[in-house]
Amino acid sequence: MSTATDVPVQQDLGTGLAIRSLSKNFGDFTAVDSIDLSVPEGSFFALLGPSGCGKTTTLRMVAGLEQPTAGAIYIGGQDISGMRPYQRPTNTVFQNYALFPHMTIFENVAFGLRRRKVDDVRTKVMEMLELVELSHLANRKPTQLSGGQQQRIAVVRALVNRPKVLLLDEPLGALDLKLRRQMQLELKRIQTEVGITFIHVTHDQEEAMTMADTIAVMNKGHVEQLGAPVDLYENPHSAFVAGFLGQSNLISAKVVSRDHDVLVLDFEGIRLTMPAARARTTEADIEIGVRPEKIQITDPGQPVPGDNTVDGIIIDASFVGVSTQYLVRTKGDEELTVFSQNTATTQRRVGDHVTLSWHPEHTFGLRAGSYDEAVAAEIAT
Amino acid sequence: MSVVAAASVAHQSPTDPAGSKAGKSTSMDGVPGRRLTPYFLLLPAFLALLVFYILPTLTLASTSLQTGSLEEGYSLTWRWATYGDVITQYWPQFRRSFVFAAVATVLALLIAYPLAYTIARKAGRYRNLMLALVVAPFFTSFLIRTLAWRQILADHGWAVQIFKATGLMQLTDWLGLTQGRVLATPIAVILGLTYNFLPFMTLPLYTSLEKIDPGLLQASDDLYANAWQGFWKITWPLSLPGVVGGTLLTFIPAAGDYVNQQFLGSTAETMTGNVIDSLALQQRNYPSAAALSLVLMVAIVVLVAIYVKRAGTDELV
Amino acid sequence: MATITRPGPTRQQVRPQRSPGRWIREHLVTFFGLLALIYLFVPIFVVVLFSFNRPTGRFNYTWVRFSLDAWSHPCDVSGLCDSLLISLKIGLLATIAATILGTLAAFALGRHRFQGRSVANLLIFLPMATPEVVAGSSLLTLFINIGVPLGQLTIFIAHVMFCVSFVIVTVKARLAGMDPRLEQAAMDLYANKTQTFLRVTLPLVFPGIVSAALLSFSLSFDDFIITNFNAGSTVTFPMFVWGAYQRALPVQVNVIGTGMLLVTLLLVGLARLLGTRRKQ
Repeated sequence: MSTATDVPVQQDLGTGLAIRSLSKNFGDFTAVDSIDLSVPEGSFFALLGPSGCGKTTTLRMVAGLEQPTAGAIYIGGQDISGMRPYQRPTNTVFQNYALFPHMTIFENVAFGLRRRKVDDVRTKVMEMLELVELSHLANRKPTQLSGGQQQRIAVVRALVNRPKVLLLDEPLGALDLKLRRQMQLELKRIQTEVGITFIHVTHDQEEAMTMADTIAVMNKGHVEQLGAPVDLYENPHSAFVAGFLGQSNLISAKVVSRDHDVLVLDFEGIRLTMPAARARTTEADIEIGVRPEKIQITDPGQPVPGDNTVDGIIIDASFVGVSTQYLVRTKGDEELTVFSQNTATTQRRVGDHVTLSWHPEHTFGLRAGSYDEAVAAEIAT
Repeated sequence: MSVVAAASVAHQSPTDPAGSKAGKSTSMDGVPGRRLTPYFLLLPAFLALLVFYILPTLTLASTSLQTGSLEEGYSLTWRWATYGDVITQYWPQFRRSFVFAAVATVLALLIAYPLAYTIARKAGRYRNLMLALVVAPFFTSFLIRTLAWRQILADHGWAVQIFKATGLMQLTDWLGLTQGRVLATPIAVILGLTYNFLPFMTLPLYTSLEKIDPGLLQASDDLYANAWQGFWKITWPLSLPGVVGGTLLTFIPAAGDYVNQQFLGSTAETMTGNVIDSLALQQRNYPSAAALSLVLMVAIVVLVAIYVKRAGTDELV
Repeated sequence: MATITRPGPTRQQVRPQRSPGRWIREHLVTFFGLLALIYLFVPIFVVVLFSFNRPTGRFNYTWVRFSLDAWSHPCDVSGLCDSLLISLKIGLLATIAATILGTLAAFALGRHRFQGRSVANLLIFLPMATPEVVAGSSLLTLFINIGVPLGQLTIFIAHVMFCVSFVIVTVKARLAGMDPRLEQAAMDLYANKTQTFLRVTLPLVFPGIVSAALLSFSLSFDDFIITNFNAGSTVTFPMFVWGAYQRALPVQVNVIGTGMLLVTLLLVGLARLLGTRRKQ
């Protein structure tokens, strides 16, 4: 059993949150399958994934509301796995806020402080209420507040206790779009001001990318990929991550040769190149991906901006205001999606012959079969 | 903020469960609980029910097989004949109990259904008030209420006089339901039973009717059903759980009741309950009383089982 | 000012069809519903009315004349007020016992998953479904066979027995309506199990416990059949009425009945008032 006294283990646990080989089974069903995570102190960390991927279960295990089947959780090097929720230096913002309906807002926020017998409750509570500009509602009951107000109270009720880690379980799910955007910025601001480690669980990839410093993409109990938003987006390691964060094209190609750190590929007889470092497989069969917004669309015969060039015919065009989404069919019947900003003066139409091009550095390579996996996971476009 | 995050994905390594709680049962919300807590909580009530419900049922059965008297004492002689005696001797009362209870249940259903429907669908903001009004009369004593019916149905009271004046009394006399008076007839007893168990019928009906989505009736209107069809094909079937619940809650106690009979009926036409009361408390014939009780209990259970099976709903509690 | 007009025939105002049949149908049900409500109150009206009666004979069945005698001398009838006190005493004690037992059991059934839960649920349900005659006579046989003398103790036991099930069902329903995350939130905010229970769970379940207690009291106070079987020589208020019916029915009985109604209406009104005031 790992304890805080095991020195070798302790050394790489850092000062933030560390999760080691954490698993949770519900009978036959494995919700969380032996995951490892290290979250630096003071960062905004997102657990992103579809429903049922285990992100909420993981969060609840950190909070102490679920017991792990195996594995350990450390905060600041200290093993908290055996502690009850009220013994842990964590606080949770619940999905439906869980504000105590029979207490005033003031008493709700003061609850944790009173249990810990902290001095000067009044000052601390009012300070927090002022942080979210709701001090005038201190004597109201939760049912008298709007959804957005309740959400902010839920956050400060947790924050006032200065936990080492703040856990947020899809806290913005019940809010309408405009309010959600507002709260995303608000939460980020609070986190930056207060400097506490935030662990934010969400299924909304835009939300995660907006708010988090680091994202862990989870699927079926595993962590698929972990990294900064821009890294996950530009260089996904699997079809799942590629499809979950935004949209992506995935086409099959063959590796012809490797020239230093450049891979030469053959796609429908066309020569394409990509950086070898961005390929996740060393096989001859590879599936390469390009994000639709990275592809430029030009008339045939015109000079092309990128080195990878493919010709095709437009088979669908959707005008979306800011951009137009084109679906282009290549000679070999592959269909590529292209997002083109509407800066051109001429409108392209279905049936037009066009040339698509992109920079090799924008290509990422996945193992063969990835597209089928993505389809099976119902995230392929 | 530095973005240093060591990541490793899905590797298996042998670890011991870190938490000491990892093996224990969890309570429904995932909050860890000790395994034995529920049993301790349940124990007092469980013991009480065991000693004062299960055990009495056993002593009831045992008493029914005893013989003896108050002076000599009772002994367990396994006299099964008591059952035969009791059934043959009191069969009329037995049948009467079930007939009265059944009629009262049907009447209660007919009266309570519009009431429940009104509260559920038409009362709007008066709903809680009406529910309170349905329950309020039952804050006076059961016996006093029943006695009030005696006062209402008194031979020289205004109600009966009006009834006679309209000539309806002649009709009911001719049908054999009354004999020139309402009191001391089966009608009075049934009326009393119906009245007293009305809330037991109304509340489950209300609960069921309240759950029906009003959009369904609008859809049925849109699809060319008239009001009667809408009721029969949509409202009625969806209210069945309430109907079953209400009829059971009415029939079961009504079958065993004897207060209504005592106050409103005639001494010539008693119900099973009267007999058990008389046997147990006046004649001190405990074995017969016990036997009759058990027979009543079993009969009710059987009837209820058949009824519930046919009705097809099993939501009772 | 230019206006855009549509060519073609102008459309006529179409009034929605309102056949008389529809009006009757729509209001027929309400009519019968209200009639049923009135029907519920007729005997109550009679009870209250006859409490102001001054009968000539031993029985209070026909209206003679208005009088406040019974109201001013409620305890004149021998045995009435004694039986009332006994009913109140047993009611109070049985309520306390049944509420405690039932609340504990409700927490066990409503908050924990354990083996034998369905059996326990069945056992809880059975007393509610048993006719009173059977319940009363079976308890009688128990007491006789064991040799317990019949009296206030046996009445108390009988009352607790049939009240517990109702308490369990009421409290369990209230518990089920409570968001379990509130308890989790409390624990997350450093409240241990006891504090969570006392500060969050109990206050939220409390209204359910109160209504279970009230239900229990009214069931106990008003019970006749089960009590009658197990009372021996003790006389509770319903038993008094039963006996008085045959000998002489005093007007005071109606007074007590009216009194009970008034007290309950008062309590309900008070509860609603407190409820609305809390919301503000």
